[in-house]
Parts: sequence; C-alpha cells; structure tokens
Amino acid sequence: MLLGRTANGLYWMFRYIERAENMARLIDAGLRMALTKTSDAPEEWSSVLMSAGVKIGYDNKYKEYNASLVSDFLLRDPSNPSSVMSCVETARSNARMVRTALTREAWESVNETWMVLKSTLASAVPETDLPRVLDQIKRETAIIRGAFHGTMLRNEIFNFARIGTFIERADNTARILDVKYYVLLPSISYVGTTLDNFQWESILRSVSAHRSYRWVYDIEYNPVNIADYLILNSRMPRSLNFCYSNIVDNLKHLAIDYGARHECHDMAEGIMTRLENNDIRTIFDNGLHEFLSDLIYQTTGLSSKIAKAYNFD
Amino acid sequence: MKPFDEMIKTGDEVRQPYDQLKSWLDTQNPGRLAQKALDAENVFRKTGITFAVYGDEEAAERLIPFDIIPRIITGNEWRRLSQGIEQRVMALNAFLDDIYHRQEIIRAGRIPRELFTHNDAYLPEMVGFRPPGNVYTHIIGVDIVRTAENQFYVLEDNARTPSGVSYMLENRETMMQLFPELFQQIKVRPVETYPKMLRQSLAAVAPPGCNGTPTIAVLTPGIYNSAYFEHAFLADQMGVELVEGGDLKVENGKVVMRTTEGNRAIDVLYRRVDDSYLDPLTFRRDSALGVAGIMDVYRSGNITIANAPGTGIADDKALYSYMPEIVEFYTGRKAILENVPTHRCSEPDTLKYVLENLSELVVKEVHGSGGYGMLVGPAASKKECEDFALKLKANPKNYIAQPTLALSTTPIMTEKGLAPRHVDLRPFVLVSDRIRITPGGLTRVALKEGSLVVNSSQGGGTKDTWVLDD
Repeated sequence: MLLGRTANGLYWMFRYIERAENMARLIDAGLRMALTKTSDAPEEWSSVLMSAGVKIGYDNKYKEYNASLVSDFLLRDPSNPSSVMSCVETARSNARMVRTALTREAWESVNETWMVLKSTLASAVPETDLPRVLDQIKRETAIIRGAFHGTMLRNEIFNFARIGTFIERADNTARILDVKYYVLLPSISYVGTTLDNFQWESILRSVSAHRSYRWVYDIEYNPVNIADYLILNSRMPRSLNFCYSNIVDNLKHLAIDYGARHECHDMAEGIMTRLENNDIRTIFDNGLHEFLSDLIYQTTGLSSKIAKAYNFD
Repeated sequence: MKPFDEMIKTGDEVRQPYDQLKSWLDTQNPGRLAQKALDAENVFRKTGITFAVYGDEEAAERLIPFDIIPRIITGNEWRRLSQGIEQRVMALNAFLDDIYHRQEIIRAGRIPRELFTHNDAYLPEMVGFRPPGNVYTHIIGVDIVRTAENQFYVLEDNARTPSGVSYMLENRETMMQLFPELFQQIKVRPVETYPKMLRQSLAAVAPPGCNGTPTIAVLTPGIYNSAYFEHAFLADQMGVELVEGGDLKVENGKVVMRTTEGNRAIDVLYRRVDDSYLDPLTFRRDSALGVAGIMDVYRSGNITIANAPGTGIADDKALYSYMPEIVEFYTGRKAILENVPTHRCSEPDTLKYVLENLSELVVKEVHGSGGYGMLVGPAASKKECEDFALKLKANPKNYIAQPTLALSTTPIMTEKGLAPRHVDLRPFVLVSDRIRITPGGLTRVALKEGSLVVNSSQGGGTKDTWVLDD
C-alpha cells in the first residue's frame, strides 16, 4: 500500500528523468545533423522541436531555428516545462515529495543531479561546450538509474517508477519516429529503398541506437528496418515493444501484490498483443503515421487509466 | 563580564568534561579539521538536509551551518536537567488538562483568567474534551540556556510542534562518520533511538477503539514548508506514511488516507501543521493544509492528534512568567529548573521600566516564534531601539521583556582556530504512557561573534550534543 500521491510522485519523477535524458539525445542528434553540411539545419532543428513536442512553445517565442536558440530552449528555458532543467527541477520536487519511498542512494543521486545541472545550466551553454554538457546530462541520469536499480526493493514503489519510465519512453520513441518519417518520407514510394543519408542515422542517434542497429540488421540504413527496430524489436530497450512489455510486466506485479486487476491491465495487454502480432510490412501498408499517432493516443489514455486505478488521478 | 565558557575556565584550564576532547583537539592538524568541516557540509548538501527561510527567495533552500566541535554535558548535569524537564512536562500536561476542564488553578487565584479569555491559543473546542491517554502535549522541545557552572534557565517550552530533532540525529550521524575514533575514546550516550521511541510513544496513545497495530501518519504542510526535511525524515525513520492535507478526508467517522489500494483509516496523526490550519470547518476556512471535519472525528475519540490542538496555550509567552507557579501547583514541589525573570509589559509600571532600560533587555512578542519580531537590546542600534519602543507603546500587552542573559559559550571552529560562541540547548521530550527524554538534544549556536541569537532563521548553526556516559 502506498499513498496515491506517493505513487503519483514516483510515476512523474521517473517520467521527467526519462524526459530529461531524451531531450539531451534529441539535441545531440540535432547537433550532428547541423554539422553535416548536406542537410538543411533550420529544417532539422524544427523537426527536433516537433519530436520534443514543444514546437508551439518555441514558435511563440522565437522566429528562427538555429543551434543556440533551440538548444537553449531545450536545455534551460524555464518557460519550457520539458527543458532539461525544468524536467530535473520537477523530478527533484517529486523526489522530495516521495523521499520516504526512496533509498538514500536513490534520493541523493537525484539531488546531486539537480545540484550539478543547476550550476552547469545556470547560464547559456556555448555551442562548443554543448557536447560536454549533453554527455554530462546523460551521465547524471545514468547514475540515477544505477542507484535506483542497485538499491531499490522490487516492490510497488519500483513498479510505479518503472511504469513512469516506460510510458514516457514509449511516447518519446513513437514521436521521434513519427516526426522523422514524416520529414524524411514524403512519399510512400521511398519505402524499401536503401538510402545513404545521414538523416536516417539521426533517428537512431536520437534513441542512442546507431551502433546496436548494425549488430542486428545491416550496415546500410533502411527505413523499414529502422521502423522495425524501433517498433517491434523486443530486445531493443527503447522500442515500443520493449516499453510495453515492461509496462505490462510491472502492472502485472501490481495486480498480484494488490490482488486486483483494473481496466488499465486489459488496455496495456491489448496494446502489447498488437505489437507482438504485427509485422512491419503490414504497419507500413496500413500507414505508419496512423499506427504511431494511434499508439501515442493510446499511451496517453493508458496513463490516465493507471492513475485512476491507483488513486492518483 | 566574560560569559561562562563550557570548555575553558579562567586562564587556560580546561573544564573536566572537556578534558579528553581538548587533548584530542590539540593533537589534530588544523588543516585536517577544516577538511572535515567541509566534508560535513557536503554530506548535508548531498542528503538535502535543508530548511527554507521564508521571504528569502534566492536561498529557498539553505543548509543550517554545522559546527564540528561537540558540546559536552556530564552525566550528572544531565540527570539534574532531565529531572527538571520531566517535572516541567508533567506540569504542562496537568495544566492543560486543568484549564480545559475545572480550571482550578484560576479558581485558586494562581494565574489570572484574562490570560485565556482573549488568547487565540486557548481553543474553546477543547473545553471538556479529554484526549486519549490524557496526554495533550506529546512532543516537547524545552529551550534551556546556561549562565554558570550550576545555573540553567528554561527559556521557552515548545509545546506545539517543536522542530530540530532531525538535526540532532543527523548531527550525531555525521560526527560518527567524521570522527569514529573520538567515539571510541569518549563514551557518549546514544540518541539514535529517538524515532523508535517516538513511534512507541505515539502508538501508546492510540484511540481506545483501535485494535491491533495502530496506523500512524505524519502530517506535513508539504515540500515548501521550512521543516519539510524533518517531516520526511521522521516519517521515514518511523516507517509510517508522510501525508498532506490533500491525501486525507473524513469517511464514516474516521480520518482516511487515499492509497493505491483505496482509503485506509489513520489512528494516530503526528501533525506538523499549526492548530489554525488543522480543520477548515473549525478553524481557518481557507486552509488547504488540514482535513475538513478532523476535529469532529477527534472529539468522538476516533483519532489521536499529536500534539493535541490547543496546547499552544501552555507555551504562550504571556503565560511563561507564571510557569514557576504552574509547576508548583501541579507537582507540589518547587520547579527544579528556573525561569528567566520576566517583565510583563501589560503592567504599566513594568512597561515604564522596560522602556527606560530597553538597551539592556530582550523584548519578545508574546505570540512570536523563531526569533522573529524580537529586540535584543544590547545588540540593537539606537534607531532600532527607538523604533521598537514605538511598537511596544502601541501594544504593550503584546510583549514581554527579560534581562539579557550571558548565555554560556562553547568553542566553534573558525578560520582562525577555535573561538567561543553563545549556545542554547533544546532537549526533546516524549510524553505518553511514560516520559522519554533523549540524552542531550539540539545545541544551537550563534555563529557571529558576540551574537546571542541562535535561531537558524537568523544565522545560527548547530552542534552535536554529547551527554557523557560517566
């Protein structure tokens, strides 16, 4: 038994840590693209903002897209609730609220991340420093994950935290894929061709999968394989299949512990089944964009069903 | 006159309780000690042992400075102090029971009725009600100062929601990490049993209808409260839920908390929310920190609230000057611990005296706390005294005045080595089926040279406090 508010705090704490890390990856991928002269940098930054789900907020504030404005908006802008600093602030407030549910190591890792990034991101980051800062963000979030996995009891507290992580990650992966394919594949006729294009690498890079892709598929980037990897591969830690199998698994533990199943269990298992019994060709045939936007919508719905089931809505 | 120093007598002679510590200190490399002090600060910052200062937005979360030189009390000194404290908290609870029932102390003419009639701390809702176990104030922090070898005074009885106990525990924890060798040489009585004792103490006053293990919760105003760290710390150490007003509601005559498995009843609520915010239906209507209807549940005996509402009357500064009478009235003996002589500004002759001697007195607001709104005459400028005199004349009833006590000093680490600073002591007392006092307490220290204000909100720090097992 946990307070509903505690479950809520754990869930959001881990959603925001995950989001902070994803932001760093997105900026990293954007930076890469901007460095390759072949690409259209403003276009690329605009798609980074779209993947991050913050383009409207950005457009209200700025008229042009460039590395320093976009990265500042994504890293430090307090008016952007998804900026790395905002995410870390929110994660830490939630951690303070649920302090009694965390091990000392887990709490301290979040607190230290907050202290370190508060000072790193206190002023605008010069473009030459960006790679170092992005690395630091990824390292800090990795330490939180390590402290959490190394010290937390595998109980309901753990389950709510993990559900938060994977709901956020599923949402993130689906968005990146959706946005990039929209930009990169204006016409369905491109599907199936092998493209020698840095853009494809950028998709993989934004989920830190550009190396592992080559272990599984081919040295050539191929749109169908990339989609297959990020949607259906059950061993890739940021794929939708992987995210959902973890969500289902953690929900199952809650059902066993509490001796009760809820609507959210059926829903999560339904989505999981769709991911398992699908192949990438069918998904493309029925429309990748339709598939992904439906999945984003379903994930949001699942999130509120979970909150309702466990009294934190 | 030089104030009493707890380590060094006149000349270079070391007071006996500090013998071992002093010889150890003399062998230490100053650089190593300075490094240890930094280590301690890092531990506190990393752990997030912070407090908030209201009205100070930049430093929304600050560390209370920690000084690594322990303050030492002998076993004998402590025995006397703890007897005095025990007598005092028994008197406080008996007094609360009396004034919410027969008011015999008033009938006996020992204290004036006016003290209650227009006092917000006196809650009519408590009249005729007896809390479970007949305990009103379960957790008390008695502020004690020392002025000479054998002279201790009680400065204040914090009978509402005293804070600071988490610092007492973390200070010890930190000291044991930094200087394990010291604890091998010097036998110090342990303090770390406090959370366990607190839990036992709270469980012992569960409502009569509660069967089995009572469900206990700590009620906090939330993460923006200045003492939030302490609330979370105590809940964690006791292994109970840390709840906010929004988690609670009244259902079927019980106070319940909203959990992942539905609503669950609470038997004992250790609340760190002030009386006036406790129940919007009874007290402040705009309060979002409390629970609507909790007072009805309380009065029907279905929950224990610790401390009980209305205990504030016992540590009201207007009442303070009557404490010697109160202790004697209920315990039949003279108070073991002395009160500081107190001038009631409500009395015209006294007011005149206070105004004439403002530069030598400490003047406090009757309802103030935390060192806010007080004047320390000897440390104040002429202008500050004049401004304060105006406030005082406008509302004399609102103030009491006390002589400026020469608080004892103990050494702290400064950049230039050890230097004496003024200290006070807040021992923590638990009352339920019996009285439990943790040896020592929280030593607060005024870090500024010559300053007498030890409050953390005013730049004070803390020290580990050792009661010798001798």
